[in-house]
Amino acid sequence: MSVIIEAIKRLFTHEGGSKDIAKERLKLVLIHDRTSISSEIMEQIKEEMIQVISKHLEIDKNGVEFSLEGEESSVALVANIPIKGLKRHKKKV
Amino acid sequence: MGKVIVVTSGKGGVGKTTAVANIGTALAFMEQKVALVDADIGLRNLDVVLGLENRIVYDIVDVVEGRAKLKQALIRDKRFPTLYLLPAAQTRDKEAVSPEDMVRLCNNLKEEFDFIIIDSPAGIERGFKNAVTPADMAIIVTTPEVSAVRDADRVIGLLEAMEKSDSRLIVNRVRSKLVDRGDMLSVEDVLEILSIDLIGVIPEDEHIIISTNRGEPIVSNNSTPAGKSFMDIARRILGEDVPMNMYTEKEDLFTRLKRFLKWR
Repeated sequence: MSVIIEAIKRLFTHEGGSKDIAKERLKLVLIHDRTSISSEIMEQIKEEMIQVISKHLEIDKNGVEFSLEGEESSVALVANIPIKGLKRHKKKV
Repeated sequence: MGKVIVVTSGKGGVGKTTAVANIGTALAFMEQKVALVDADIGLRNLDVVLGLENRIVYDIVDVVEGRAKLKQALIRDKRFPTLYLLPAAQTRDKEAVSPEDMVRLCNNLKEEFDFIIIDSPAGIERGFKNAVTPADMAIIVTTPEVSAVRDADRVIGLLEAMEKSDSRLIVNRVRSKLVDRGDMLSVEDVLEILSIDLIGVIPEDEHIIISTNRGEPIVSNNSTPAGKSFMDIARRILGEDVPMNMYTEKEDLFTRLKRFLKWR
């Protein structure tokens, strides 16, 4: 009985196409593998960027996302830095 | 002077040892004098795949440490008179041999043999360095899976860093049906990702399991898809221009009938 149900299921569900997922995942993981930036250096860049931006903007340090992303043949360092508010600059009177 | 070829992969279980045994046997069929070197010290397996496990007296570490002469340690395969095996040690670890030892050993073998094929251990540590350092050419084995291709990419990077420029790829265990319905990376997909030259494609073939059970290389049965594919690779190594063929099992009436009955 279960064999028949399986066969019917297979008729109606689309199998195939998982290789595209595999290929996408591979490409992404290889971008990381091939860039020889260690996670320590990445962490350091992140810390320093937070420091610089914090001078001028109030940011949510815990919400900072930092990653390497790739499109086709180029790699980009993508930072997502949520801003809480603008710091009011004290004007000299 | 002989040529040293290393077979490596990064990931384990993708078919390195099977490839070494079969390419070596195929080259011996073509009247080449071949020495197979098992560099997987501590986890030797090339001996059992070849069916020579009962004939080991000395191993590679005995040679390196001077307890045996190279000629004493080499096992001659009686079925293929120009095929020899230098087995790995089973009770030692990778540190027992250095990359310099391997270079010295291969230089000696080069004088006697046309081809020296080294079976590299999985991983990218000492054993890998040992296996790769003496090589003139590298064959990287992968399967069409994310993990195997990823590790192959890492190995290709390391080979480049070691200035080994002659690297070629085997895509092993390809299942045409899965590729056709889009559920397996195709050979083209793998090549696009790794950007390396291909030396052969091996279809998934249950004859491999049978031949490994028996300790007989599959190329000795030249009617199997995997056997034919390995023969083609050996021809390409010898410089022949052989078109890439995806061999499939020929189904005679009897097997088709059997399959039909099983399916019901």
